[in-house]
Amino acid sequence: MIYLQLFITFFKIGLFTFGGGYAMISLIQNEVVVTHQWVDASTFTDIIAISQMTPGPLGINSATYIGYSVTGNMWGSLIATFAVCLPSFIIILLIALLYKQFKKNKWFDAALSGIKPVVLGLIASAAILLVTPDNFVDWKSWVLFVAAFAATQWGKQSPILIIILGGIAGYILY
Amino acid sequence: MNIYLEIFTTFSKIGAFTIGGGYAMIPVIQKEIVDKRAWVNNEEFMDMLAISQSAPGILAINISIFIGQRLRGIKGSIIAAIGTALPSFVMILLIAMFFNNFRDNEIVNRVFMGIRPVVVALIAVPLISLSKSTNLNKYTSFIPAISVLLIVMLGISPVYLIIAGAVLGLFYFYLIKR
Repeated sequence: MIYLQLFITFFKIGLFTFGGGYAMISLIQNEVVVTHQWVDASTFTDIIAISQMTPGPLGINSATYIGYSVTGNMWGSLIATFAVCLPSFIIILLIALLYKQFKKNKWFDAALSGIKPVVLGLIASAAILLVTPDNFVDWKSWVLFVAAFAATQWGKQSPILIIILGGIAGYILY
Repeated sequence: MNIYLEIFTTFSKIGAFTIGGGYAMIPVIQKEIVDKRAWVNNEEFMDMLAISQSAPGILAINISIFIGQRLRGIKGSIIAAIGTALPSFVMILLIAMFFNNFRDNEIVNRVFMGIRPVVVALIAVPLISLSKSTNLNKYTSFIPAISVLLIVMLGISPVYLIIAGAVLGLFYFYLIKR
């Protein structure tokens, strides 16, 4: 049943995301593009672009969009969004109860120190897996990639501006 | 004003006006919650932020749940989280409903052909600063490399790598630090 699958998938994504939105991209990609094939890589890239340009966290935006795309109605969105938030509820409410003990927990910090380098690998994988023939159609795509990378990394331009400029460049070039 | 309504409007304002994901939301949450409403003091906020960052899940949702819980228990946490999520939920739902009709449009297609490689670049950019702040040494720098190989070449789920990383961290701590 598709609603149950959506729920389990996004619950898993919510439970295993450490290190913010970019790390989450890798998890969503693996579940939604590779395992379930609910959307293809270029649609997923578009969802990330739309998420960056609209308010709110990437996780909520992706869950809402993919939930709708898979089921064709808002219940899919609602279930996916609820499921991605549910682990946070359980975990944060537990932490709030045990606040004092949790603040300096050596074991938790030790586990987290092992997760941190993995997160780096997750983000790199997300970027590599999005280098598909659909996303990079010709050499002009690579020029745009390098220009966007340089403008964000060294030019300190905002991601929204970079995406808008990318869109304008696409309109002119293609 | 009713406190629940106040929690809801405060968090939905935060959700509606911060573009660029979780980290862009933090200063806005801080301004609303600490400076304007004094619901928690700055030190408490910093603690909550640190815990929300290390807990799994969406950062903005985590901290909303935390603050909502502090104010009015579980009910407060649910209302705060709904407040944060609702504006993007509504907006993305509308886009999802209509964007699929425009995807075959020639102009939209050209625009997105330019956007896609740019988005890949945006995902790659944080890698540089993140690899500096992760403090990799000659042993730990294998971990991201192996993770990439397993995910990209073998299609292994990142979930297993997160678990493996946690186990490795605990193991190291148990063997060496104790």
